[in-house]
Amino acid sequence: MDEMRKERIDRGVRVRASGLYAISSWREMLYLMGPPLFLIIGIIVLPIILELAPYWKRVINIMCVYALLALSFDFLANFVGLVCLGGAFFVGVGGYLSAIFNVYLHFPVYLSIPLATVCGAFLCTFLLMPCLPLRGVYFAIVTLMYPLLATRVIEALDIFGGTNGITGLDSLPNEYVEHYAIILVTLFFLYGMRRFVNQDVGLVIRGIKDNDQAVRASGISVTRMKAFAVFVAAFMGCFGGAYISHMYMWAGLSLFALDFSIIPIASVVIGGGGTLLGAVIGSFILVPLSEVLRNFGTFRIVIYCAILTGFIVFKSEGIMVYVMRKYHQFERWVKV
Amino acid sequence: MSNDIILSVKGISKTFGGLKALVDVGFDIQRGEVYGIIGPNGSGKTTLINCITGFIKPMAGQVSFKGQDITGWPPHKIAHIGISRTFQIMRPYYSLPAYKNLIIPLWSPRAKTTGGWRGGGKHGDRDTVAVDILEEIGFERDSRVPYKLASTLPTGYQKRLELARCIAMRPEIIFCDEVFSGLSMSEIAGMLPLIEKMKSEGITLIMVEHRLRELFRVADRVMALNFGEKIAEGESSVVIENKKVKEAYLGSEEV
Repeated sequence: MDEMRKERIDRGVRVRASGLYAISSWREMLYLMGPPLFLIIGIIVLPIILELAPYWKRVINIMCVYALLALSFDFLANFVGLVCLGGAFFVGVGGYLSAIFNVYLHFPVYLSIPLATVCGAFLCTFLLMPCLPLRGVYFAIVTLMYPLLATRVIEALDIFGGTNGITGLDSLPNEYVEHYAIILVTLFFLYGMRRFVNQDVGLVIRGIKDNDQAVRASGISVTRMKAFAVFVAAFMGCFGGAYISHMYMWAGLSLFALDFSIIPIASVVIGGGGTLLGAVIGSFILVPLSEVLRNFGTFRIVIYCAILTGFIVFKSEGIMVYVMRKYHQFERWVKV
Repeated sequence: MSNDIILSVKGISKTFGGLKALVDVGFDIQRGEVYGIIGPNGSGKTTLINCITGFIKPMAGQVSFKGQDITGWPPHKIAHIGISRTFQIMRPYYSLPAYKNLIIPLWSPRAKTTGGWRGGGKHGDRDTVAVDILEEIGFERDSRVPYKLASTLPTGYQKRLELARCIAMRPEIIFCDEVFSGLSMSEIAGMLPLIEKMKSEGITLIMVEHRLRELFRVADRVMALNFGEKIAEGESSVVIENKKVKEAYLGSEEV
């Protein structure tokens, strides 16, 4: 009997995607456009489908907020080389600023969210500035402290409503605005960031991760570029925070909760680091999963951890990397 | 001697803990010359470059570039005014293709002012300039080499990439930290014309080197360091005959 072995051939995706070949037939176009269209259309029609299960509609919003945070973590960790555990800090700053603008200064929602996003990003960048020369685990530790510090300061000084938080924020006009605001922003940032990291500025930022000495020797201030990268990441995080505070109509200390720092990291791990898309897909899997597991009561955390561990052990490259590879491969059995 | 001194280094000293890495080293470099720095391992050659290019702050001494005191400036400012350097341990941007490595220096503020890059801000322009520079430095334009990932390039090309990264800045001075080390004879033979070409374009080159024979073919003047001290300076044929230099490399004759 003949022995058989599996042969794998990579499709020349790069050649196909850049040349005329890509638009030579409907099949080729579908091959390249299919997956992104599936994601975009899927997420856009999701709120309409979930009309049948109203409870799950809220989950979409949370899912997208975590996707934004995961994007910001993936960008900082895998493109700039800063492992930032301060996702909760971005959310907290964005949320509180939005509450201040809305409740104390009476700005309408459509003004308070963008303002909180921009001001929050500036504030976070400014506050993280002293840590920028740190690298690796040191930067991680310091950024982990920022949200803890912020909660203590708010508690101790009893500002912004103290432990009760700020209540009575305006909600978004209606349910569909609420869904589509966050969905469109998430899609915008996802594809925007994928484009950004391949622009010339993006390349400079990626250069810092590979070799910051050489970037310095090229006459570019590394600290300034890192600050810019943190600004971009904080921008996404602060938008998420501002949005959440309006969704709950409340900004409290739980905006600085560790969840906002940890779950995005888990999403990036299972989705595949350095792909950006993986970060989003990771949180689209993890957040609903943790909702499903609510049925198991306290057993939830155990199952959650088991699934996470399984992913890390068996598919440590991440879903996205794995699926991409398989998608661009032919497999067939050949005689040895 | 002409008076066109582009870089003047006076009394540089640096100690690491108790180790005296550099003791009162000084020299003047004229515009357009090729200046070699030689010395046994650990004699402070790379430390000297680091002190001049701002990666280490010297404890004493003064560096002036075209009459301007640049001692203790941060590296990116020193690079910005036209002093570029390569690294002894090649570290290209591994995750990028070779030509994309040059986008980073071409993006820098200096490249915009010196015309290293004259594009109008469109994405494609820097790519074209990058491939031009790589061709200039010996990458075959029509081959796939410029488009390969930097991490997959052979050593010879990685060394050239280091130089290309400097050239992209259109600098006035290039410090070459052991560009010949680790290369085969034929690869070095390919590099020498490049050095000559850069010299003919008026770039001042300061070369730290262990490969003395190759260095002496291109260098106008040479300085020898030993245990952080300058022991000789002058024409290469004179320096190599210097008794102290021979002792530093081969050990003293008297036992």
